[in-house]
Amino acid sequence: MNANDHHLRSSGTTGPATDTGGAEPGRFTLVQRVLREAGIGVALLAMVAVFSAFAPHFTDESNITNILTQVTINMIMATGMTFVILIGGIDLSVGSVLAFAAMVAGLVLKSETLPVPVAIALSVLTSIAVGMACGFVNGFIASFWGVPSFIVTLGMLNIARGAALEVTNARTLFEFPNQFNDFGTATVLGAPAIFLVALVLVVLGWAILTRTVFGRLIYAIGNNEEAVRLSGHNTFSYKVAAFVISGLTVGIGAIVYMARLTIASPILGSGFELNAIAAVIIGGTSLSGGRGSLIGTFLGACLIGVLADGLILMGVGDFVRQMITGGVIILAVILDSYRAKLASGESR
Amino acid sequence: MDSEPQSGGGRFRPPLLELKALTKRFPGVTALDSVDFVVAQDEIHALVGENGAGKSTLIKVLCGSYAADAGQMEFCGTAYRPKSPLDALRAGIRVVYQEFNLLPYLSVAENLLFDRLPRRHGVLLDYRSLYERSADLLKQVGLDVDPRTRVERLGVAQRQLLEIGKALSSASKLLILDEPTATLTPREIRRLFKIIRDVRSSGVSVIYVSHHLNEIFDLCDAVTVLRNGRHVGSLAVAETTPPQIVRLMIGRQLAEALATDRTAARASKGAVALRLQDLRVHGRPHGLSLAVQYGEIVGLAGLVGSGRTELLRAIFGADRPDSGEIYRDGRRVSVDNPGEAVRHGICLLTENRKEEGLILPMAVRTNLTLTDFSRISRAGLLRSGAEKSLSQDFVGKLDMRIASLEQPVRDLSGGNQQKLVIAKWLYRDASVLMLDEPTRGIDVGAKAEIHHLLRRLAAQGKAILFVSSEIPELVAMCDRILVLWRGQFAGEVHRNEFDEEQILSLAWSGGAGNAGELKP
Repeated sequence: MNANDHHLRSSGTTGPATDTGGAEPGRFTLVQRVLREAGIGVALLAMVAVFSAFAPHFTDESNITNILTQVTINMIMATGMTFVILIGGIDLSVGSVLAFAAMVAGLVLKSETLPVPVAIALSVLTSIAVGMACGFVNGFIASFWGVPSFIVTLGMLNIARGAALEVTNARTLFEFPNQFNDFGTATVLGAPAIFLVALVLVVLGWAILTRTVFGRLIYAIGNNEEAVRLSGHNTFSYKVAAFVISGLTVGIGAIVYMARLTIASPILGSGFELNAIAAVIIGGTSLSGGRGSLIGTFLGACLIGVLADGLILMGVGDFVRQMITGGVIILAVILDSYRAKLASGESR
Repeated sequence: MDSEPQSGGGRFRPPLLELKALTKRFPGVTALDSVDFVVAQDEIHALVGENGAGKSTLIKVLCGSYAADAGQMEFCGTAYRPKSPLDALRAGIRVVYQEFNLLPYLSVAENLLFDRLPRRHGVLLDYRSLYERSADLLKQVGLDVDPRTRVERLGVAQRQLLEIGKALSSASKLLILDEPTATLTPREIRRLFKIIRDVRSSGVSVIYVSHHLNEIFDLCDAVTVLRNGRHVGSLAVAETTPPQIVRLMIGRQLAEALATDRTAARASKGAVALRLQDLRVHGRPHGLSLAVQYGEIVGLAGLVGSGRTELLRAIFGADRPDSGEIYRDGRRVSVDNPGEAVRHGICLLTENRKEEGLILPMAVRTNLTLTDFSRISRAGLLRSGAEKSLSQDFVGKLDMRIASLEQPVRDLSGGNQQKLVIAKWLYRDASVLMLDEPTRGIDVGAKAEIHHLLRRLAAQGKAILFVSSEIPELVAMCDRILVLWRGQFAGEVHRNEFDEEQILSLAWSGGAGNAGELKP
């Protein structure tokens, strides 16, 4: 017992650190500071510069539109995923839930009794409701019974995929109303409309995380749940809410994806969870929770999209492209652990 | 007290272990200050002292975990300078720690003989020999389990005995036991004592660290007292008394100096702020009742494990009590979780401010305002202007020394961290403050400031429930002190009759009437 006291005392004597705390930036070199503050943004800019120089047609307007379209779905899902990862959880079910939500929404959309505008509105609501319901189940089980969210959402991954197949007995739905399909290719001020949906979600999510009490508590819980609980907050509901938000973005993602593809298939979205997680992690959000931002996630999703697009234009084959993407994810995590060390400084 | 004849101090025993002027410093604190310490052969030697006196540091130096900064050690007549725990093991020194170092998914036998598993042909495990040898060892420590049992299925007491068996499994000359009875029942303690005496008669010396004076008088031959890292006395147990040891442990002068720091008892006490009626903390047989008035500081004394922390956590709703009633301002309230406690104006500053009180990577202002968002938000939206000015307010009020409101809390000194935890709850305007070891691990100056702050808060009418392991601190701060002993109140002492020795003896033995409980 008493040796612990000495430990406490010795590690608690951070008096000198307090004095240097104000001059903190002085402890780091410029390179380290850039890495710490803006690592991902700098990496993205460098990548754009390299592809602009070496990848043919990279800067063409049609290619930029293509990139924005390609990153949209991942960006939408990664936005919700950021909330879950910030509380220290993970959501592996998003790809399957996307398929399930799409199938249910597709059935509503194809209903012949409803007038078209009503059918479209209803299918959007249904898709969102299905996503949120799955998220609620994930969050409730993970938080109430303390089951690791990795396990719960792995289960949901299978349940939702099975449900998606069961709904139409594995049939693919197509021939949606034109008004619905048009949305997938519409542009607003030159930008794909679906990308603007993703952008709005990112901005909304960013505002929630940085400007609201709810967001403050998400970060706080991710850092030290017990301290938040002992400060008098009901951490349970916030943890569930993070999963519900993930489900919400999946529901929106399902609609956007259907509009783009003009079909709804039960095998949609397989592997999407890994792309979303990759965007969040490359964006600098810590897998252990509490640290990260939606701006990072936004840049992370862009980086993945730009990388894939640029490599294709340079004629890099599918297989090598996949290998390079994997390498970038690992590199991002290494950089992140390096950044984490910088952030905590010498005080460990 | 001990019936065995050789336990007297008269017989000369040659020294087995001799420490001369041993010194160990940590940044900011001298844990061992020129300590002399001699353990004789075939002796059970008690090592006592308050928390932070240096007992565990001494043990860690002995077993090679820490390197001493100065001084000599002699073991078995030769210079002893362990560079690692392995050196200590080779020399014949075994330690049984409070935390267990067992591998839960391996068998009892494998754990017992882990560092020298018997083998056949160099690679294959020789199970027959493993089980035979471990069965012998188990018999020796009186542990009646199959050597094939997995350790995860053993109870705490059985694990303690297994640890001791492990220590005995190699030819050791010195066995060090650190608070071995903390988890044992009286019956198991008796059996443990018999084993320890057997160990002594087989020619092994024992260093016995304990918080329980009665155990020392029951079992040990000699006792050494440490205080603030210094050796303050070594005595033959037969020639001393519990009060003498207590006096050595706390030091009269310190106690008197602290006591004079305080003015006479405050004149006006308010109404009862918090009252407990038969609150039964989880796993304890006795219900506890107490009342705290506004403007009053009530101390809770007791040893580690006496139930102080559990009581505070139960009042706060952090752990649910088994039964009992809590009254706030005379009205019965239900406190099922910390959120409800906070709504009733009750707050708890836990003993682990780093783990439970603060979010270390986050900013000062974020930590401060965590207890109440209604003052810095409208319709769920944060108002950063209000947050900054309010935080600045409290930082000034408590005279916290910080670089900026954005500074991560982990960079603050211990004293400033503790002030921040207090500030959190003042910001929330809690009126019942429960503090668990609020000055542990902070330096003397910051400690005095915290004391001053708490007195001021009491004078402003807060009701304060104050847990501390340092009796002099309680004596200096409190209007009344309640002493907990093994989950029940052993006594209540009022300011005008404060007597440290009495408080300490209540804490150690539950008062004179209970002193003999452990005896066979």
